Amino acid sequence: MAFIPHTPDDVARMLELIGVRSIDDLFDEIPGELRAGVLGVPPAMSEMEVGRLLSERAAGDGRPLNFIGAGAYEHHIPAPVWAITTRGEFYSAYTPYQAEASQGTLQLIYEYQSMICALTGMEVSNASLYDGASALAEACLMAVRANRAANSRRILLPRAVNPVYAQVAQSIAGNQDIVFETVDFDRSTGCTLLDSLQSYGGQDVTALVVQQPNFFGNLEEVDQLTDWAHQNKVLLIAVVNPTSLALLKAPGQWGTPSGGHQGADIVCGEGQPLGVPLSSGGPYFGFMATRMQYVRQMPGRIVGRTVDTEGRPGFSLTLQAREQHIRRSKATSNICTNQGLMVTAATIYMSLLGAEGLARVAAASLQRTADLVARLARVPGVKPAFSAQRFHEAVLLLDRPAAPVLAALARRGIFGGLDLAERYPELGPALLVCATETKLDVDIDAYAGALTDIMNSSRAAA
Amino acid sequence: MPELQAREPLIFELSKPGRGAGTQFPPRVAGSAEIPAHLRRAAPPLLPEVSELQAVRHFTRLSQMNFSIDTHFYPLGSCTMKYNPKACNSFAMLPEFLGRHPLGPEPQGFMACMYELQEMLQEITGMRGVSLTPMAGAQGEFAGVAMIRAYHRARNDLGRNEIIVPQAAHGTNPATAAMCGCTVKEIPCDADGNVDIDALKAAVGPATAAIMLTNPSTLGVFEHKIVEVARIVHEAGGLLYYDGANLNAILGKVRPGDMGFDVIHINLHKTFSTPHGGGGPGSGAVGVGARLLPFLPIPVVGKEGARFRWLTERDLPQSIGRLSGFMGNAGVNLRAYIYMRLLGRDGMVRVAEFAALNANYLMKRLQAAGFEAAYPGRRASHEFIITLKRENKLYHVTAMDVAKRLLDYGFHAPTTYFPLLVPECLLIEPTETEAKEDLDRFCDAMIEIRREMATEPEKLSSAPHTMPVRRLDDVRAAKQLDLAWKPAA
Repeated sequence: MAFIPHTPDDVARMLELIGVRSIDDLFDEIPGELRAGVLGVPPAMSEMEVGRLLSERAAGDGRPLNFIGAGAYEHHIPAPVWAITTRGEFYSAYTPYQAEASQGTLQLIYEYQSMICALTGMEVSNASLYDGASALAEACLMAVRANRAANSRRILLPRAVNPVYAQVAQSIAGNQDIVFETVDFDRSTGCTLLDSLQSYGGQDVTALVVQQPNFFGNLEEVDQLTDWAHQNKVLLIAVVNPTSLALLKAPGQWGTPSGGHQGADIVCGEGQPLGVPLSSGGPYFGFMATRMQYVRQMPGRIVGRTVDTEGRPGFSLTLQAREQHIRRSKATSNICTNQGLMVTAATIYMSLLGAEGLARVAAASLQRTADLVARLARVPGVKPAFSAQRFHEAVLLLDRPAAPVLAALARRGIFGGLDLAERYPELGPALLVCATETKLDVDIDAYAGALTDIMNSSRAAA
Repeated sequence: MPELQAREPLIFELSKPGRGAGTQFPPRVAGSAEIPAHLRRAAPPLLPEVSELQAVRHFTRLSQMNFSIDTHFYPLGSCTMKYNPKACNSFAMLPEFLGRHPLGPEPQGFMACMYELQEMLQEITGMRGVSLTPMAGAQGEFAGVAMIRAYHRARNDLGRNEIIVPQAAHGTNPATAAMCGCTVKEIPCDADGNVDIDALKAAVGPATAAIMLTNPSTLGVFEHKIVEVARIVHEAGGLLYYDGANLNAILGKVRPGDMGFDVIHINLHKTFSTPHGGGGPGSGAVGVGARLLPFLPIPVVGKEGARFRWLTERDLPQSIGRLSGFMGNAGVNLRAYIYMRLLGRDGMVRVAEFAALNANYLMKRLQAAGFEAAYPGRRASHEFIITLKRENKLYHVTAMDVAKRLLDYGFHAPTTYFPLLVPECLLIEPTETEAKEDLDRFCDAMIEIRREMATEPEKLSSAPHTMPVRRLDDVRAAKQLDLAWKPAA
């Protein structure tokens, strides 16, 4: 029997001790009319059979050459990362509520929090949230609690922020009467328009969200946006890519010298680029960091370093008075898990790469995307959409609808980017493309060659 | 007893400038792309600089400081710490699944698995539709309550903002209600652990949005008046929410849909054995009856002819929306799918049967050893509660002391101090994957600890003695916050 260790003799002895005649008697408190019939699910398979089924289905999905980013990024993952992460002692452990029997997980989370603080330039980090999109939703709820100067529950959410993040923030935070207002972007640079913020000056606004690099891959003028927010008593929520932070100014240092370099107030983002595979969409993890003054408003688990009864250092979950199992309906969030296993992978990843390795990954991604854009822009009917400096993504404008072009590329085993037609119709036919350090010259050549063929043949057909 | 393990230094303390895991650095790429000076980072982040072996050894040693299912019996009530089959991980990590970008063309092989998972979950819960999107139990709860709210609003029944929960409810229930903009009304349980029917009748009314229930309840007993509860709530115009935390107890035996529930979340990391991972990732799929179908969170896998596709806001315009950046915890869902295929129809029913057998056996053995069951007149479900209030009075030992002492005997502690309404309680859930011998060893340890209570109580009050650390100063942790490493000045 699958995963059941009991022999018939065990069962007989156990039933005897309990004092019932059959296992079924143990369910005699369930009213008879409610008892289920035979389940309409398939019969059991052996591990070998399931393996065959899954391998066939996986093989059918293939291993395409991927140039899509849009919030999930393909990076090299060092072999030790998952070899260690899937050790049973990490993989099959529970939440570290029994601190003495969970020092491994707890110390690891403390190291993780330290690394997130180092990357973001913030004072405190939590132990992670579900993913980048839901982390932004939680950041918005947190901003409402933290910004005592504002009563409006209004949050400014630029259109250059990942549009799915905006949807998720609406689904989650919208139930608490938070109102999101959009801020437009400049059509030539592809960056958030500082001018369109001016009309909010002096108004009661809770927070401004700034994504760096933004959804289009463009670098925002974060210093000016941060200064504007603070001049107007608006909290600044930064959504950042952790790989990019090896090269880009840490959100904790955003703001101009004259504005006092005040920095972002809440920083969040998608942690997936740090050693977590694309994995068909998840599991990933969201990270969140803030200033010490707001730590009690931050949702999610937090690990602290303390001492044991003999004065030796040790780690435990702390500030639990914010959480649902203590505060119930007054909790900062209903969250009770973090994404522990993903954080394990990310911590090992950051330890192996270090600042230099991460900077090399970021620099290679930056250069590969620049190379990709330069190559694709030479294909007839293709041109870059925006003039701003980019990190590792770019929007390309096409002279025809993107969907059939992407479908033709997919038939050649290339995922050519994300079609923006639905989310940003005002751009006309447009593609969001990405190249990381995993894309070599030969890959970029393959994409450019295939795109040239497709654009030429569909032109000929027209 | 084994001697205390040496403390593992922080990874930062192993770091030395100029060291690194060089083979992991990508080759430099020639070119002139650069970040403009005013957006560039001033100084590199303080990440550790260690060799690959140092990192491997450090994190391997940290892993060895954990209890886990693979190494220890883990009778943690309400958490269903059953064996996580290795096959589930191996097959979910096939390179095609692992390397797949979520926004590429719809992967038919992967989506076939997800579609079948939806169908199986629908069947075993007696629901009409399932969405796999919620990323944890708490997010599943959120989705469920948000759907209930959307349902009442769509009917223009705008006054229904109250969620009824029994006192024994898990803390996420009231927290979720608050996140959905609802207020919470707690009702008591009777002496047998059932919902107090009179209190329920008094609580329902035109403001009732729903009742949230776990069945079997967090008290470890089956709510046998569930049909009456459902009738009272439905007649008052409210809906029934099933918290799937304890689904392991009734898998294949009774279906929440047949009990009258309108919406359920399922903790795939409990009943369907996806790993707990030291605190996530979980997965909190939601199932709904006919009334809530239009409101399911997106995306959902649909099937058109032989082709699978993601259903989005276009297909479900009344959906409560998206809860994750992509498709929820897809890889976790895939592990649950593999587990369900390994179990099959009969294996799923055996889960509940042997979970109940183990729980009832352990409860009887502990009772025979002198421990007091909180609900002695009731069958255990897949878990049961021992209360130490007598021992507390006699020997001044607490549930926490027993929990910590169990660690010394090589057992993870049961859940302590939950549910809150039973004093000095241990909530014990052995799961179906433990052998009789392991249950017996656990009983033997409890008997030994019971003996120590009377003869050497200090062994309990100062436990644990064999862990890497002794009890930690939680007050100091919260008062002198040390949440991140900083280099010595």
